[in-house]
Amino acid sequence: MSIYDLRLQISYEFDRPSGAGRQHFRILPASLPGRQRVLGSLVTLEPEPGELGFFTDFFGTSVVEAAIPAGLTRLDLSLEAQVERLAQPEGLDLSVPVAALGPELAQIRSLGPDSPLHFCLPSRRIPQVDAISGFAAKAQGQDDSVAMVTERLGLMLHGHMTFEAGATDVDTSPAEAFAARHGVCQDFAQIMVGGLRSLGIPAAYVAGYLRTLPPPGQKRLVGADAMHAWVRAWGGPQRGWIDYDPTNACFTGADHIDVGMGRDYADVAPVTGMLRLDGQQEGRHSVDITEAGEG
Amino acid sequence: MTGELPSPSAPASVPPPGAEPRHDFGLAEYRPLPGVPDELIGPDGQMRPLWQPLLNHLAKLSDTDLTRAIERADLYLRDSGVIYRQYDTTAGTASVERPWPLSHLPVLIDEADWTRLSAALIQRADLLELLMADIYGPNQMVADGHLPADLLAGNPAWARPMVGIRPRAGHYLHFVAFEIGRGPDGQWWVLADRTEAPSGAGYALETRVATTRAFGPQLFGQQLHRLAGFFRDFRDHLLSMRADPAARVAILTPGPWNETWYEQAWLARYLGISLVQGEDLTVEDGRLMLRTVSGLKPLDVLWRRLDGSFADPLELDPASRLGTPGLVSALRQSGLAMVNPPGSGVLETRAMMAFLPRLAPVLTGSALMLPNIATWWCGDASARAAVIEAADRMILSPALGTGLPYDRMDDPFAAASLPPDALGERLERESGSLVAQEAVTLSTTPALVDGRITPRPMSLRVYLARTASGWRVMQGGFARIGATTDPGALAMQRGGGAADVWIISPDHVGGDTLMNRPAGQSGTPEPDELPARAADNLFWLGRYVERTEGMVRLLRARHGRIAESGTGTLPLLAEADALLEAAGLDPSEPIPEGLLATIGRAVSSAAQLRDRFSTDGWAALKDLDKSARRLALQVSPGDDAAQALSALLRKLAGFSGLVHENMYRLMGWRFLTLGRMQERARNMAGWLAALTDPGSDPGGIDLCIELGDSVMTHRRRYSMVSGRGPVIGLLALDPLNPRAIRNQVDGMMDLVRMLPEALVENRLSAPARALLRLQTDLATATPETLGSEALYALQARLGEVSDLISERYFR
Repeated sequence: MSIYDLRLQISYEFDRPSGAGRQHFRILPASLPGRQRVLGSLVTLEPEPGELGFFTDFFGTSVVEAAIPAGLTRLDLSLEAQVERLAQPEGLDLSVPVAALGPELAQIRSLGPDSPLHFCLPSRRIPQVDAISGFAAKAQGQDDSVAMVTERLGLMLHGHMTFEAGATDVDTSPAEAFAARHGVCQDFAQIMVGGLRSLGIPAAYVAGYLRTLPPPGQKRLVGADAMHAWVRAWGGPQRGWIDYDPTNACFTGADHIDVGMGRDYADVAPVTGMLRLDGQQEGRHSVDITEAGEG
Repeated sequence: MTGELPSPSAPASVPPPGAEPRHDFGLAEYRPLPGVPDELIGPDGQMRPLWQPLLNHLAKLSDTDLTRAIERADLYLRDSGVIYRQYDTTAGTASVERPWPLSHLPVLIDEADWTRLSAALIQRADLLELLMADIYGPNQMVADGHLPADLLAGNPAWARPMVGIRPRAGHYLHFVAFEIGRGPDGQWWVLADRTEAPSGAGYALETRVATTRAFGPQLFGQQLHRLAGFFRDFRDHLLSMRADPAARVAILTPGPWNETWYEQAWLARYLGISLVQGEDLTVEDGRLMLRTVSGLKPLDVLWRRLDGSFADPLELDPASRLGTPGLVSALRQSGLAMVNPPGSGVLETRAMMAFLPRLAPVLTGSALMLPNIATWWCGDASARAAVIEAADRMILSPALGTGLPYDRMDDPFAAASLPPDALGERLERESGSLVAQEAVTLSTTPALVDGRITPRPMSLRVYLARTASGWRVMQGGFARIGATTDPGALAMQRGGGAADVWIISPDHVGGDTLMNRPAGQSGTPEPDELPARAADNLFWLGRYVERTEGMVRLLRARHGRIAESGTGTLPLLAEADALLEAAGLDPSEPIPEGLLATIGRAVSSAAQLRDRFSTDGWAALKDLDKSARRLALQVSPGDDAAQALSALLRKLAGFSGLVHENMYRLMGWRFLTLGRMQERARNMAGWLAALTDPGSDPGGIDLCIELGDSVMTHRRRYSMVSGRGPVIGLLALDPLNPRAIRNQVDGMMDLVRMLPEALVENRLSAPARALLRLQTDLATATPETLGSEALYALQARLGEVSDLISERYFR
């Protein structure tokens, strides 16, 4: 178990006074029983927005909704939260063989937020891409469990792709990033989601934060942590969802903090509306995650 | 089906005596198609008595009479400007205007038949409401296995953000339509459910007016059910859905390029409610607000005619440019009631029809009173077997499609077109993404084809609106009439026509108009609630029309001079040409492309305003546009062009006259007139600056007088002397000359003082301050101080006033 203090800062500067607009921010850590607990959180916008509200979206993510008044030259958003993250016990692989998923899915009659049925088909930002399907097919051996295939595909992808900040943007398609063999966590996650779905494995895109440990002997840098994205594969009714981080080629652990999941990036984009996290009005952001009391 | 011919001695076929030859328009040869039920001829081979009065009436008509009757209907539709837009697949995304394809003979239906049908359709509407509440609520039908989850999970029409949002008005669905047809046994079947944003109710009313113009309501007198009561009740329902009695009710339209924009504008006018686009709206503190020239005003009820997924780019389709960010949020916070909420289109899913018969007993407690077209969802093994079993009758299409069974949009294919093995393989492979429906045969109805009565397949579109007393069925609707005997030719986009539907009662039905309504429920927009976008369009319409007039005057003066002198070498011509070129016109063209483009912009601005424009004004503008385009192809320079341009000038005056004489002097008129005056003043300043400069040709002064339409005044006042001073006095400084700059500025000042917040705490608005300075400078100017440079400066300042008006009122 770890308790973290999480700080997120997003700043916008505008060349000319901005128009009025409505924004959604998906930045709040999620409360997930047995796994993650939010002990407290505070969102501040400066200057103060016309309206500030919260709602929970279809997939269960808490959304901050703000009406931004016209005429701003800068806007700062900050989030401070304390999150308790419970380590997942490494246990037996209870996930079903991939071949058994079809009949399992046919039994499902729930359309609730975490139903695997939402995550079987291609989605707007993750269409079927033959090159990715072909790549993913090599990860599947006979009778392999979902967890085994997920890990193998993740390792293969980690080998195929190079992490390169700035090589892609939020609108780069999985096909483009896969062909260019580089990208950021969003590209890794979307490509892997597409690959898993092509194998018949329900797969979700997960947005969250990642705590970055400094290299041994070095002091950790403020703001070095990051917004992050990984995947979630469905391993059958008993095992449920399995989180895997293809950017770092590992199952997720205590350093990953969940915000929410969706079919692709669009469902959990941290900033939607008039402003985005990149593009014309470049928003700078920094994330800081420290163990409570440490920092 | 007996296939027996109507008796040749039927009374309708006997030509009554008369001077002009009369005949039966082919009635004696009218034959239903083999095995197909017909509306006119019953299964016994006899004409149904219901049709007798109409056929008797036709029998009395000569060829000329019939031609005139048809012309009366077509003339009505043309004069009213009834059009729909047809997407032109060959020209990319553009759509073109098409006249409403009226099929002139109405379809007659017996009241008793209609009453049974209505009860069944009301049950179906109730079923859809309950299903909607479940799909966007607990999803119990999926949980209990009555509905496969696949129909929702992979369905783009299922709007996840709408799940859990309860409608403020208590119901989800308020306006639905059904496509129905008669099957081979003569019974009605539902072919498709229309729950997204059904179109055509307004067309049904226009079709009614046109058809009664042709054949007269007196045929059935008081036995013909009227339509107005349906609209009145629905309008009252819309008003009653308001939580705030002071708030607006509006139709949300995708805009003028939508195929049924005409109808949306028409309905808004007819019902006395606003017509708004997504950009007219914003959300404030959880409430929907209309941007008007006087600030934000609450808008409480929206009749949505915009595709639901486009309604809110923030929560629905992020690619939408037609939506309003925050609209879903307003629905979530009960700050808005909507007909129907985004996501209602999921009920139109074709595969849903396979399950509605099973869902009806579960949700409504009774079996469907009216069957829908037999449908099998191929995700089910037993359904796949049934499809293979009866492959010769099955049409396969995408399960999540929403078109009509005979629509070709979704590339349907006959199951029998594949060899049995291939069919079985394809069904297994595509399973849940396919749906099978029994091939449609539709009844035929008599249609006039080349002056002869001929059987043509038909389907009906029937409308249901929620009212204070529950669902109300429109006593009519419109029938689609096939262009050929192939049901695929029913779609209007494929040449099909639309006919009126007459429900005939054995008794008298009451009269009905929209105007009977309880007092105190005014639906007329408040005068100060002009949407900012409409004001913008009106202002620019005024500017484009005046700009057109300036161009036409300049061109006419040029060609008049060529006609007089016979050559193109007069020095003044060079100066006129320079002015033309500065206005973006090619002087070598008698009716330049730039002029046509300017008229086109005026038409585009007016097209955005169809809901607040008189039909005559619109027709006059369209006529101007058409004439200019026609003349551009015909006229040659000189006298020919001068004459043509004079004709255009008269048409422009006609349009201006209609606007000036008929437009109520409200906010909209003020912006339109401001636009005209601003442009007129700018034109005149530019002409005077260029043509009366002491260094330029003295003939320029005459040209200015001609452009200013002031030859008579000038002669009367100044005899035959023309000099720079008197001309500047007359055309720039004279407050009484309606072409003078001073007159425009005075007029603009009066109008700007009447705009919202023109004077707040003794402080004039920015446009009013700028105009007041301009007015003062003009009032104190003399011809000597107003040289060319000062005139150009004046022109620039007028441009600044226009910017200030835009900034203050159109944002």
